[in-house]
Amino acid sequence: MEDFVYFFSFQDPNVAMVVAGITLLSISAAMVGTFTFLDKKALLGDAISHAVLPGVCLAFMFAGSKNPYWIVLGAFITGAISTYAIEWISNSTKLKEDTVIAAVLSVFFGIGILLLTQLQQTGDAALSGLDHFLFGNAISIVYEDLMVYGILALLVIICILVFYKEFKLIIFNPSFAESVGLPVKRLKLLFNTLLVMAVVTGIQAIGVVLMAALLITPPAAARFWSNRLHVILMLAVLFAVLSGIAGAFISFAVPHMPTGPWVVMAISFIAFASFFFAGKKGILSKWYNQRNYQQKIHRDHILKSLFQALEKNSKTLEKDEIMEYFPGKEKLTRTYISKLEQENKIELEGEKLKLTPSGLVEAKRVVRLHRLWELYLAQYLNLAPDHVHDMAEKMEHLLTPELEAKLDASLDYPTQDPHHSKIPRDNDL
Amino acid sequence: MITQVQKPVLEVHDLTVSYGRNPVLWNIDFTLPKGSLAGIIGPNGAGKSSLIKAIMGLLEINNGYIKVFDQGLNEVRKKISYVPQRESVDWDFPASALDIVQMGTYHKLGLFRRPGKAEKALALDCLKKVGMEKYRDRQISELSGGQQQRVFIARALAQQAEIYFMDEPFAGVDISTENMIVDLLKDMTAEGKTVIVVHHDIHSAPKYFDWIIMLNMYLVASGPTEKVLTEALLEKTFGGKLSLLSDAAQLIKEKGFNPLKS
Repeated sequence: MEDFVYFFSFQDPNVAMVVAGITLLSISAAMVGTFTFLDKKALLGDAISHAVLPGVCLAFMFAGSKNPYWIVLGAFITGAISTYAIEWISNSTKLKEDTVIAAVLSVFFGIGILLLTQLQQTGDAALSGLDHFLFGNAISIVYEDLMVYGILALLVIICILVFYKEFKLIIFNPSFAESVGLPVKRLKLLFNTLLVMAVVTGIQAIGVVLMAALLITPPAAARFWSNRLHVILMLAVLFAVLSGIAGAFISFAVPHMPTGPWVVMAISFIAFASFFFAGKKGILSKWYNQRNYQQKIHRDHILKSLFQALEKNSKTLEKDEIMEYFPGKEKLTRTYISKLEQENKIELEGEKLKLTPSGLVEAKRVVRLHRLWELYLAQYLNLAPDHVHDMAEKMEHLLTPELEAKLDASLDYPTQDPHHSKIPRDNDL
Repeated sequence: MITQVQKPVLEVHDLTVSYGRNPVLWNIDFTLPKGSLAGIIGPNGAGKSSLIKAIMGLLEINNGYIKVFDQGLNEVRKKISYVPQRESVDWDFPASALDIVQMGTYHKLGLFRRPGKAEKALALDCLKKVGMEKYRDRQISELSGGQQQRVFIARALAQQAEIYFMDEPFAGVDISTENMIVDLLKDMTAEGKTVIVVHHDIHSAPKYFDWIIMLNMYLVASGPTEKVLTEALLEKTFGGKLSLLSDAAQLIKEKGFNPLKS
C-alpha cells in the first residue's frame, strides 16, 4: 500500500519519468496495433517484435554499452529487414504468408538468442541488464532512454493522427484508395515503418518478446465494445495505458520483477473481461438472452396447455396434469406457474389452474402464431400437414407482432390451420 | 463488330494485360461516346473485371494505353469513380454506412483535413439518393447484400465524378435494389455522365444498356446495343474460348517469366 501511494503520487521524479515513458509507448503501440489488427496482420507484429533482438545485440557489440541511440537504430534495422523479407518472400514464392512469417520470426529470434548468449559469456560488466530487453524492465528507464523512446513514440502517434483517414481507407478498401489516386504503396511502407518503430519503442520497458501483445490485445479487447473506428482506437489506447502502468508498478514494487509479463497479464485480463461483459457481443449477454428465451418458451407452453384444455371444454387443469406435460422439469414448471400467477395471467383455485382474461389473450397469441406458421409452411412452402408442426413449435415464440400482421395478411386472415383446427382470434368467444 | 467514335470519353488502345504470367486480355481496342450507359458482358474468366481494373490502373499493363477525356489517368483521377466488387472488402470493418459514403470525399480533402459539415451533408444526400438515409448509422456488417451495394453506389455518387466504372454492381442483390440502381444510372447518363458496368446477366443487358462491350479474353464487339446483340456475336462471346489464345497463354505460363511485359 505504501508502495502504491508512493508510486502513484509521482513524488519521485524517476517514477514520473517511467510512467510518462510507458504511457507514450502504450499509446503508440495501441494506435498502430489497432490498424494492424484491422488489417489482419497481427502475426506481422509478432514477427517484428522477435526480429528486433539481433539488432539490439549487434548494436551493443558495436557500441560497447547500452547506448539507447545505437540500440534503437539496430533494433529498427533488423525489424525493418524482417518486414521487408516477409513481404518479398511471400510475393515472389508460392508460400503462404503465415508460413513465411513463422519462418522469418524463428530465424531472426534464433540469431538474436545466439548473439545474446555469446555476449553474456564475455562477462563484461557493462552487460548487466541486457537480458532486460527480452522481457522488459520499465524501472530501468533513465532520462536518456525516455528522450529516445518517448520522441519515437510521439512521432508514431503524430503520424497515425495525420494519416488517420488514409490508413482507414487503405485497410478497408485498398483498390478504391488506389483508384482515387492515393499513393497506396508508399502509405503501406510508411505504415510498416511506424509498426517497426512502435515495436522498437517498447523493447526496454516491455521487452521484445511480449511487445506484440501490447500491439494486438488492446484493439482486440476494444473491438468487443464498439463498431466505430475512432472509439475502438481510443479504448485500445486506454486499455494499453492502464495495463502498461500496472506492469510498471509491479516492477517497481517487487524487486527484479520484469515488466513485460505483467503488462501482458493486465491487458489479457482486460481482454477476457471484454469478452465476457462487453455489451451485446459479450458471452455473458448471449447467455443471458438465451436463458431468457428458454424461460419464455416454457411460459408460453404452460399458457398454451391451458388454452388447449379450454378448446376441449375444460376451463381448468390440475397442477399435476401440467407437470406431466414437462417431464423432468417439475421444479422449473412450479416456478413459472407462480410467476404467471403473480403476473395475473393465471388463477389458482386450490390445485386447479385457470387462465385470466389477459392470460387468455397471450395464450391465444401463441397458439395463433403456431397455427399461422403451419398454414404458411403448407401454402407457401408446399409442405404436407404432417411436416409443419416442429418448425411452428419454434416459430411461435419468435414472431413479432409486425411479422404476425404480415403473415396474417399474406394468408388472407385464415380461420383454420392445415389440421383443420381453428385459428384463435382476440374477439372470439 | 467494333464501332469507334469521334471525341470519345474513354479510349482503350491495344490493351494487353496479364495476372502474373497469365495473360487475361489480348489487344483490347475500343472507344466510348460521352453519356453512354455501357455494359461489359462475357463468360466467367473473360477478363471483364480485369478490363476495368486495368483502366483504373490497378493492374499492370503489358502493352497499349488508356486515355480518359483524352488525358492520362493520373491527370483526370478526380473525374473518375470506381466501384469495386462488393465481395472485395471486409464488411466487418468497424464503420457505419455514412462513414463509407464519406470515403468518397477523401481524395478531394487532401492530407490533414477530416470530412467536415459539407462532406457529411453531401454523403447524407448521396445516401438518400439510394434510399438508405434510414441506415446512416448502421454498422456495415448488419446491412444486407443489396444495402451494402447501395452504400457503395452512394460512395461513388459522393465522388461527384464524370465517368463511373462499376464492377458487378448487380451481383447478389435483390430485385428492388437492382431496379433502383438501373434507374439511378439512367438518370446519371441523361445528365451527361458516362457509366461502364460489368454485368453477368445477358438477359437483362439489352434492357439496361445502350452500349455493349463483349469480351472473351479478346474484344468480340463494342457498339450500340441494337447493333451488337446478335446471335452470331453472342455465340462468339459465350461459345467457348478461342483455343489458340488458351494455348498461347499456356505457353507463357510455362516460361519462368512473362514475355509480354515490355
